[in-house]
Amino acid sequence: MPRQLDRLLVDVPFFDGLGEDELALLAGCARNVRFDAGAYVFREGDPADVFYVVRHGSVALEAFVPAGGPVMIETIDAGEVLGWSWLFPPYRWHFDARALATVRATAFDGACLRDKCAADPALGYRLMGRFAQVLIERLQWTRLRLLDVYGDAARS
Amino acid sequence: MATPRAAEQLAPGTMAPLPFRVATREQETADTWTLALEPLGDGAPAIAPGQFVMAYAFGVGEVPISVSGTPLRLTVRAVGAVSRAICASEPGAVLGLRGPYGNSWPVDAADGGDVVVIAGGIGLAPLRLVVLRLLERRDRVGTVSLLYGARTPGDLLYTAELADWRRSIEVAVTVDAAGGDWSGRVGVVTKLLADTRFRPAATTAFVCGPEIMMRFAARALLDRGVPAERIQLSMERHMDCGVGLCGHCQLGPTLICRDGPVYSYARLAPWLEVREL
Repeated sequence: MPRQLDRLLVDVPFFDGLGEDELALLAGCARNVRFDAGAYVFREGDPADVFYVVRHGSVALEAFVPAGGPVMIETIDAGEVLGWSWLFPPYRWHFDARALATVRATAFDGACLRDKCAADPALGYRLMGRFAQVLIERLQWTRLRLLDVYGDAARS
Repeated sequence: MATPRAAEQLAPGTMAPLPFRVATREQETADTWTLALEPLGDGAPAIAPGQFVMAYAFGVGEVPISVSGTPLRLTVRAVGAVSRAICASEPGAVLGLRGPYGNSWPVDAADGGDVVVIAGGIGLAPLRLVVLRLLERRDRVGTVSLLYGARTPGDLLYTAELADWRRSIEVAVTVDAAGGDWSGRVGVVTKLLADTRFRPAATTAFVCGPEIMMRFAARALLDRGVPAERIQLSMERHMDCGVGLCGHCQLGPTLICRDGPVYSYARLAPWLEVREL
C-alpha cells in the first residue's frame, strides 16, 4: 500500500520538490480515505491528529453560529491541503469540515509525521515550509475577503 | 478600436439625453435589476461590448451604466439616489440616455488563443456581452473560462444564463460567504485560476470588478504567465459628463470616459499603484 501512495503523492503539487525517499517516509504515515456527501471529515473541538490532501471532491470549512446555523468559511478543493491544527498544541480542530460531495483524500497521521520530522529535521523543515506557504496563501485570501470588496462599504 | 476625441463626440445635442422606454424590468438580486430599454425616437444605438451610457432618471440625476446586452439592456445595482430611481423604473417609464461612450473589449483579438474572463460582483454585467460574443465565435478561440466571484450566493447575477453557458465554456463560481445550504465554492475569485487550464502566452484575459479585485486578479494572471498587454481591465471612476469635458474620471494622463473604460494592464500598471490617482 505505501508504494501505491508514493505514486499518488508525486502528483500532488503540495509535495513538489520532495525526493523519493521523503515521499516514501510520508507515505508510511498515510492512508486513503473516502467521505460520502454530507459526512463530516472532522468536527470543531475534536482532537486534530491528521491532515488531508483532497484528491477528489470539495470540503466545506464551517463554523456553527448560534441562531444562525452553519456558515461556510471556505471550500477546500481537489489538490489542496486540509488541516493544520495537528501541527501545534492543543491539537484540536477549530472548525467543522464537511464533504460537499463524495470526497476521496489521502489522510496523514499527524503524530507519525511529527515523530519523523523530529528525527529528520531537514524533512521537517521542507514540510513546514510547504505548510507555511499554504498558511500565507490562505491568510492573504482571508484578508482580501475581509475587505468585503463587493459590499457597499467598499464602494464609498 | 479608435477612440473618438471629445470634440468629435460633441455634436449638437450630445449633452441632451434621448428618451428610452423601459420595456422589461427583471430583478436579479436583492439590490440589482436588469432593464431592457427601447428608444422612443430613431433606431437603437450601435453598442460594442464594454461601452457605457449616461442614464438619466428625470428629476433625480444621471449616472454612467455599462451596457450588459443588446438590444439595449442595463444591469443596475441600487446604491445611490439615481441608481435606486433607475432600478425602480417600471415598464413604461421613460429614462434619458446619452451615448454609448468609451472604447470596447478587444474580443476579436483573442482569436486563435485561449480566453479567461474574470468577473467580480456587478462586474459580470459589462462582461456579459464579452461572453455572448465569445459564444458566437466559439470555433475561433481555444478554451474559454469564466471565473465569477460574488459576495454571497444571493448576489450572483444571471444564474440561468450561467447554467446555459456551462454547455459551451467552463464556468467556475465562488462566493465570499455562504450558509450551509450552498454546495458551491467559497473563497476569493483568484483562487479559481489554480484549477483553470489555458495556454498563458496565448491567453487573453478580460477582467471587471472592484479595482482591488482586479489588481489581485491581474497579478495572479501575470504569475501564471499571461502577458500584461493581454490582460484587459475595465476601470471605473466618478464620471459626470461622459464625453471628456469635466475631467472627473481622470486616470493618470487619460480620461476613462474618453480613453477607456477598457485598458490593458501593461498600460494601467504604473497608475494602479499610485494612491489617490
